[in-house]
Amino acid sequence: MLTLRCPVCGIDADETELSPGGEAHLTRFGPDASDDDFHDYLFTRENPRGVHFERWRHSYGCGKWFHAARCTVTLEVFGTYSAQTTEPPAGIRAVIAEKRPGWSWRGLS
Amino acid sequence: MSTRLPTLGRLIDRSAPVKFRFNDRHMQGLQGDTLASALLANDQMLVGRSFKYHRPRGIVAYGAEEPNALVNLGHGARLEPNQRATTTELFAGLRATSQNHWPSLEFDIGAINARLSRFLPAGFYYKMFIHPRPLWKHVYEPFIRQSAGLGRAPRRADADRYEHFYHHTDVLVVGGGLAGLQAALTAAQSGARVLVIEQTAHWGGRAPVDVTADPDRSHVNGKPVDTFVEQTLAALRAMDNVTLRTRLMGAGVYDHGYVLGYERLGDHIPDADGPRHRLWRIRARRIITATGAIERPLSFAGNDLPGVMLASAMRDYAVNHAVAAGRRVVVATNNDDAYRTAIVLHDAGIEVVRIVDARPAGGLLTDDARARGIRVETDRAIVRVKGGRRVSKVQIGSQSGTGGALDEVACDAVAMSGGWSPVVHLWSHCGGKLLWDAAGAFFRPDPERPPLGADGAGFVLPAGAANGETDMASVLRDAHAAGCAAAQAVAGTAPDTAAPEAASTPEAPLDPVWLMPRNARADLRAKTWLDFQNDVKVSDVQLAAQEGYESVEHTKRYTTLGMATDQGKLSNINGLAILSDALGQPIPATGTTTFRPPYTPVSMGAIAGEARGPVFQPLRRTPMHGWHAENGAHWEPVGHWRRPYAYPRAGESVHGAVMREVTNTRANLGLLDASTLGKIVVKGPDAGRFLDMLYTNMMSTLKPGRCRYGLMCNENGFLMDDGVVARIDENTFLCHTTTGGADHIHAHMEEWLQTEWWDWKVHVANVTEQYAQIAVVGPKARQVLEKLGGMDVSADKLPFMAWADGTIGGFDCRVFRISFSGELSYEIAVPAGRGMAFWQALVDAGADFGAMPYGTEALHIMRAEKGFIMIGDETDGTVIPQDLGLDWAISRKKADYLGKRAQQRRHMVDPDRWKLVGLETIDGSVLPDGAYAVGSGRNANRQAVTEGRVTSTYHSPTLGRGIAMGLVRGGPDRMGEVLTFPGTDGKIYKARIVDPVFFDKNGDKQNV
Repeated sequence: MLTLRCPVCGIDADETELSPGGEAHLTRFGPDASDDDFHDYLFTRENPRGVHFERWRHSYGCGKWFHAARCTVTLEVFGTYSAQTTEPPAGIRAVIAEKRPGWSWRGLS
Repeated sequence: MSTRLPTLGRLIDRSAPVKFRFNDRHMQGLQGDTLASALLANDQMLVGRSFKYHRPRGIVAYGAEEPNALVNLGHGARLEPNQRATTTELFAGLRATSQNHWPSLEFDIGAINARLSRFLPAGFYYKMFIHPRPLWKHVYEPFIRQSAGLGRAPRRADADRYEHFYHHTDVLVVGGGLAGLQAALTAAQSGARVLVIEQTAHWGGRAPVDVTADPDRSHVNGKPVDTFVEQTLAALRAMDNVTLRTRLMGAGVYDHGYVLGYERLGDHIPDADGPRHRLWRIRARRIITATGAIERPLSFAGNDLPGVMLASAMRDYAVNHAVAAGRRVVVATNNDDAYRTAIVLHDAGIEVVRIVDARPAGGLLTDDARARGIRVETDRAIVRVKGGRRVSKVQIGSQSGTGGALDEVACDAVAMSGGWSPVVHLWSHCGGKLLWDAAGAFFRPDPERPPLGADGAGFVLPAGAANGETDMASVLRDAHAAGCAAAQAVAGTAPDTAAPEAASTPEAPLDPVWLMPRNARADLRAKTWLDFQNDVKVSDVQLAAQEGYESVEHTKRYTTLGMATDQGKLSNINGLAILSDALGQPIPATGTTTFRPPYTPVSMGAIAGEARGPVFQPLRRTPMHGWHAENGAHWEPVGHWRRPYAYPRAGESVHGAVMREVTNTRANLGLLDASTLGKIVVKGPDAGRFLDMLYTNMMSTLKPGRCRYGLMCNENGFLMDDGVVARIDENTFLCHTTTGGADHIHAHMEEWLQTEWWDWKVHVANVTEQYAQIAVVGPKARQVLEKLGGMDVSADKLPFMAWADGTIGGFDCRVFRISFSGELSYEIAVPAGRGMAFWQALVDAGADFGAMPYGTEALHIMRAEKGFIMIGDETDGTVIPQDLGLDWAISRKKADYLGKRAQQRRHMVDPDRWKLVGLETIDGSVLPDGAYAVGSGRNANRQAVTEGRVTSTYHSPTLGRGIAMGLVRGGPDRMGEVLTFPGTDGKIYKARIVDPVFFDKNGDKQNV
């Protein structure tokens, strides 16, 4: 059972307090999108062995959404950060670069 | 025979006899006995029957690893099957019965399976019970079910109480032996919070037992081991930052330092107050596993007979409980440690007739034994143990031979030792990897590959025997090092102390012995047990390898090796050594099976904790709940709510009540408790823009004071909720949701606001429970409100789909002129605290107008008569609004809303989609719910083609016939066609496709 630090209220929350929200940093495609773009937005997800970015909600706490960067193999957490950003902040990326040199994820590295 | 000895017995009180019952025998043990030691003291070596062959089985082990001595414990509401006699502390009045035999333990019909054993090889069930297929259901399955399972499930509800307990600590030490106590002391000296848990009732582990054989060569800091244990415990007890708990097992290690502990508070004092078991939910920053090691059996023919025991267990029973497993004992070993058993028994007056050592020579302990006159034979093996329900003699031969007997000695017990395996379970649960240690012939934790925590560092630190250390000095050094590492990790500093100085008798190396004798003949291998509980023999594992099973995981499942309730604590290493040999590969290439929690079984009660009965799930009650209960409500669960389904009167059926409630509401006046409907306030300058994205229709153009019905879809385009939106003011909307939708629609709004449109100025709040809401429905609805007096509710002042604030009968309220029944209808919200009083006022004032409360079923029928859809009936997560003919509620002007793009996808605009229609049976009967319409022809799977299904179906008292709604392929274009619905009752129903609005198509009744 994971613990993640909620960046909004600052506490280390047990997984039982949290709800998973799938992959982070999806770009929403709307009415003018091509079939392929819209299909990928709805259905295509990363399933990495290693560095991953996820959405979580502190459901039984402050109720806020946040992002988590973690390793799906070792369960190491590189950091959690605001949900209100379209890409991982530089600080998080630096931590990952130090711990997982050469990492990449959806064009990020 | 097994007996109580006049000497030894460090844990028993000879002055305190304890009476208990085993099967029908009354027996007596002593305070401090386990059930196992007390049974042995009463010469009850036979304690059960094995699972498959029903072979007689005796006690093999001393602790949690015991595979055989499983009993039904207690009776009535306190009956529990499969309890290990070895871990059951004796108490006065204990009642235990043995398992898996009929009619009795001594005479068991099922033992015929043992005679048939050569016809019951590994994978027997898979091979035998495949053909012919028809026999499966009526012959094979009942037969397998009859013979499956150990013990008896209790029939009555558990009379005991259980609870969960949460604990946070810096360091958790699992195991209270020498290593655990030393590691805890070291870690605690840094100031860290330390919790030490020990599964038995005693501290100190097995070291105090072992040194009984060689006290002169054993010491810690120059003192006896017992003294060291006492002093360390005293030091720990004096520290405020240390918590010590016995009878608390570390059951499992999970992600990020989460540990489940299983505390047995009441098992040894069954009449005490308080919970029987407690499940500890521990979060630890570092976990030290000082879980010790388990001795391995030796594999020789007849090693499952009662009287054959682990050497360490025989020593434990003697030293701890003064119980000798036999009067004439043979010891078989591949190592020095088993000599301690021979020495302890000899010194207590038991005859040790032989020590059979597979090695060419032993060490100092061998000399000790010989000095006592014990006959030691090296390079020897037990060829076969003979006996019926008890060992009677042993044949001895050459270890390098095939099974020729050189000697035969009479004896009544055999002590065996195949070496020790560290308990690596907790290390492995969360991904810690293992190394093969060739010198000790065991797997030990690989320090380079620990389970990792959130910070990327290993969070489990093995210590002592659990880390593969064998002599006392290295155990204590290792434990001290683990304590330092934990302290460094959690407190940033390690204490400046040294590990204790210790000494024990040096031991000669062991020889790995996986089969005795090494080249045993086939008939011996077929009587050589690996897994005692599940009856897996050396020959079974060899057969599996021969049949092509290479993976240890597959072999385990094929042979059932290690799948019994002991989870292979004794059998795993021996089994995979045999498999490796058969596959011609080294043991580490075969690897181990996966270690999964719990370490030993945990009671279902402990897992459930307090969550049973009324506490299992909280019940949500509306302010009028009590009134409904008093007035005979027949309840329907809706989410966590209970809503009245109907209010049957004395002598009236539920169906009759529903019919009456519909008829009365249509003719006079009905009152519905609508408080459970979700109410979400959406507020802010961007509220209109936000709702335009959430609903398919336009909400931003709604005028304050007006209501609009809206549909909500997810990004996949599917309809997820519906309800009436009221605009309160320029910046504020009140969104009604379905009862079940309130929480998840609120969450849905939060999700989009927080993660996609976080710059929009909108707040949402779920105010569902702040208001009681009552629907006042029927032709006389306005009259009753006017009678109560207050605000103007006339058609001019409050037209259909308008709302207004005001007072009625002195109650502050908000009145919505909306209708889900097709009648003149007001939904009136009052503060929750006024709900009951307002309901009572309506009931009282309504008496003159024939007011009756109505329930959810009447609500359903009236909405179906009007062709209104119900989320969850007409929708199932695959239905889009267009399927339901709700195109009128989908804005074409809006550039975007959630689901818009998805509803343009090819499959969503397919003209062959199933669409909503009304259905009328030809004969007026009621269509079965969920029935499918069958067309002509067959599909690719040779099944009948379906072309529609029933989504809602009722008897309409208004129309006097069955009415239904359904989704039908091309439905709206097929009006008047008759469809065929085969029912599960064997009847064929015929129904005509009609308009889904059955009643008052022009809406005359609601627009008055």
